[in-house]
Amino acid sequence: MKLKKTEEIIFKALMYISVSFITASLFLIVFSIFYKGLPSMSWEMVSQTPKGGFYFGKEGGILNAIIGSLYLSIGATILAMLFGIPIALFMNVYLRKYNRFVNGIRFFLDLLWGIPSIVYGAFGFTIMVMLGIKTSLLAGIITVSIFILPIMVRALDEVLKTVPVGLFEASLSLGSTRSETAFRVFIRQTIPGLATAILLSFGRAIGDAASVLFTTGYTDHIPTSIMQPTATLPLAIFFQLGSPIEEVRSRAYSSALILTVIILLISVIARVISAKYNKHRIKF
Amino acid sequence: MKSKIDIKNLNLFIGKQQILKNVNVQIPENKITIILGPSGCGKTTLLKSLNRLTDLYEDVKVSGEIIIDNEDILHSSQDVTAIRKKMGLLAQRPYPLPMSIYKNVAYGIRISESENKKTIPQRVEHHLKQVNLWDEVKDRLNSPASRLSIGQQQRLCLARGLAVNPEIILADEPTSALDPISSQAIEEKFIELKEQYTVVMVTHILRQARRIADYVIFMYLGEVVECGTAEEFFTNPKEEKTKAYIKGAFN
Amino acid sequence: MSVFSRKFRDKTALFWMIISLVILLLMPILLAIGLYLKSLPILNGQSFWELISESDWKPMQGKFGFLPFITSSLWVTFLSVIIAAPVCILTAIYLTQYARKKVLAFMHPVIDILAGLPSVIYGVWGVLIVVPFISKTVAPFFGLQTSGYTILAGAIVLSIMVIPFILNILIEVFRTIPEELTEASLSVGATKWETIKYVLLKKAYPGIISATGLGVARAFGETIAVLMVVGNVVKVPSSIFDSGYPLPALIANNYGEMLSIPKYDSALMLAALILFGIVLLFNFLSRMAIIRSEKNQ
Repeated sequence: MKLKKTEEIIFKALMYISVSFITASLFLIVFSIFYKGLPSMSWEMVSQTPKGGFYFGKEGGILNAIIGSLYLSIGATILAMLFGIPIALFMNVYLRKYNRFVNGIRFFLDLLWGIPSIVYGAFGFTIMVMLGIKTSLLAGIITVSIFILPIMVRALDEVLKTVPVGLFEASLSLGSTRSETAFRVFIRQTIPGLATAILLSFGRAIGDAASVLFTTGYTDHIPTSIMQPTATLPLAIFFQLGSPIEEVRSRAYSSALILTVIILLISVIARVISAKYNKHRIKF
Repeated sequence: MKSKIDIKNLNLFIGKQQILKNVNVQIPENKITIILGPSGCGKTTLLKSLNRLTDLYEDVKVSGEIIIDNEDILHSSQDVTAIRKKMGLLAQRPYPLPMSIYKNVAYGIRISESENKKTIPQRVEHHLKQVNLWDEVKDRLNSPASRLSIGQQQRLCLARGLAVNPEIILADEPTSALDPISSQAIEEKFIELKEQYTVVMVTHILRQARRIADYVIFMYLGEVVECGTAEEFFTNPKEEKTKAYIKGAFN
Repeated sequence: MSVFSRKFRDKTALFWMIISLVILLLMPILLAIGLYLKSLPILNGQSFWELISESDWKPMQGKFGFLPFITSSLWVTFLSVIIAAPVCILTAIYLTQYARKKVLAFMHPVIDILAGLPSVIYGVWGVLIVVPFISKTVAPFFGLQTSGYTILAGAIVLSIMVIPFILNILIEVFRTIPEELTEASLSVGATKWETIKYVLLKKAYPGIISATGLGVARAFGETIAVLMVVGNVVKVPSSIFDSGYPLPALIANNYGEMLSIPKYDSALMLAALILFGIVLLFNFLSRMAIIRSEKNQ
């Protein structure tokens, strides 16, 4: 009896350790990024593009990478939405009765979930070489959108799944077509969830380095057209961290800080949306 | 008695299970027809096959005819959305659309008729008055429908259904989620509405059927056991099963 | 007129939906075919088994032995999952069986943020904390000398990256176990811990296996973070304090450059194909295990 009690105590202790380990890891990561990144953080970093000698520790900032990353991930998210939202609606409105088929699609998407972005990146580059396309913002947008599409569809699908069949029937009984039901009722009913799912995909797009490694190129200028190459934050961090010069490495930390803050912001916004934007949502 | 809906040899299977067995009934115009029976007898399925919501489910096979206004809606060349528009549906629980009170009623008008947009506010008012909801909501037409009480939501759903000018009202145990006072309001409304509409309502509450039915269809295990006028059904039932049900043997 | 345009809109929407779905479903198939076609040149020269069992990697001389990369990948992946899995199981049990609402409300964003942090951030953290920790503390403890850029560093960074992923699935697994089951066990006099040990864990076993499998798939393809801390030395590692060179790092470091070397491009595409295949395989087996166990319940 006493032995059993001891066993439970030991395992409970291990559980506390595990939970603390996870929590501590997050705080340690965020803390060390802030600690190392803050000293060389400056207004210059976020408001200027690299000047001559930037990569030897001279003046300039990483505005090119910030803007580039925003262009890239906003573009990729919009492109993925253009296909992803119709697919998720198709699965949940049109194909609702073909349960086995829809589950088959879900299974297929789940398989794709873990396909490394480097595979997409490398393949995207091969296609570009074949077609004679140069590294550019557009090539990056296309590669990243292909990479986040399965993630986005699956997340949207999880949200749309929750629409009760009664609401579907109610909408059809009023004489709506299926597309009207999809776009006017299903989307409205689930807007906070859909927004969260899209934000999540956006987060994936902005943070991924491997898929843009070969496809976007790298430049110190802010692109003025989608045919131009562009810098991105993850690559800016990656390249600067490889520098032998101390100043440049510390700028890598500041860049990491900027990216971390963006990701934290996305997470906060997603939370606020799902907490507050429940005005039209009807719980059944 | 003029019939509005004529159901002939209706059989419905879900997979290999037969849900409706050779249903042959006529539903009279401008009357309240109650489909009565214990749960699982196929009454909701029968109701949903009238506006082809059964299309939404997997492995459903339907045979037979459902004739409304001289047209077999099961094999119609007509668009299914047009068939559904003819019938307003009131479900077991209110399912207001995720939009404001006003837009809930205006929705059906907006999507189906592009002309006379100017009359929409008047029509919304008219239909909300029709279900006695106008006075309760006229000051907050733009607030979300989800803020209404369940009873109010159900009346809103009725108004929304009426706004598309249906000829038939289908109701699937519309009072089962409501409090007694809201239920009474719905029942009273139905009695008023039968002047203009044909009402078909599913219920398993015997007393509700006694209160409002003109015509009764009694179902058991997918079959129509007995149908006829309410008076005859309750005072002089022919089948043993009906007698037992009326005495309360099934509950 | 209005009916026509409504119908038209309905048809257009349907058309676009079908096109999108077809694109989504075709894309990975095209990807697989493309990778295969691109890796054919190297597969024509040598057999697949020869390539993956050979440890000589000298592209200039036309020698492409994948063994160092495959073994590095396996080491890093399995070590990271070995670290992550127990932590995740214990945490999932705690969060679903013991934790109060406040703890849950706190842990939810913690897990979400960990899951959302970009790979490169984990890499930076690895370079800042994990690598020095290994070279200054862990290795000397074992009487070894290393730069810290090791298999172990990669595994530690990777384990924290896969924790939120495995944990989310495990929480779901434990949540779907019906409460009646644990209540039944408690009511026959078992303690809470006995119930967890004999009922919950037994019931959740297939789910735990699949969650771990999915974690393996995820860890296997992780690129940037691992690349930044693992050392990237072409050699079959013999200890966790050796440097390694996993498959994704191979592609990331070399692709797009030196394409003039014959078959080099093809060899890297084969690496991508291997990655693709292994990830797909682990995902498939794990998902099948989940589906099986759901059907049995």
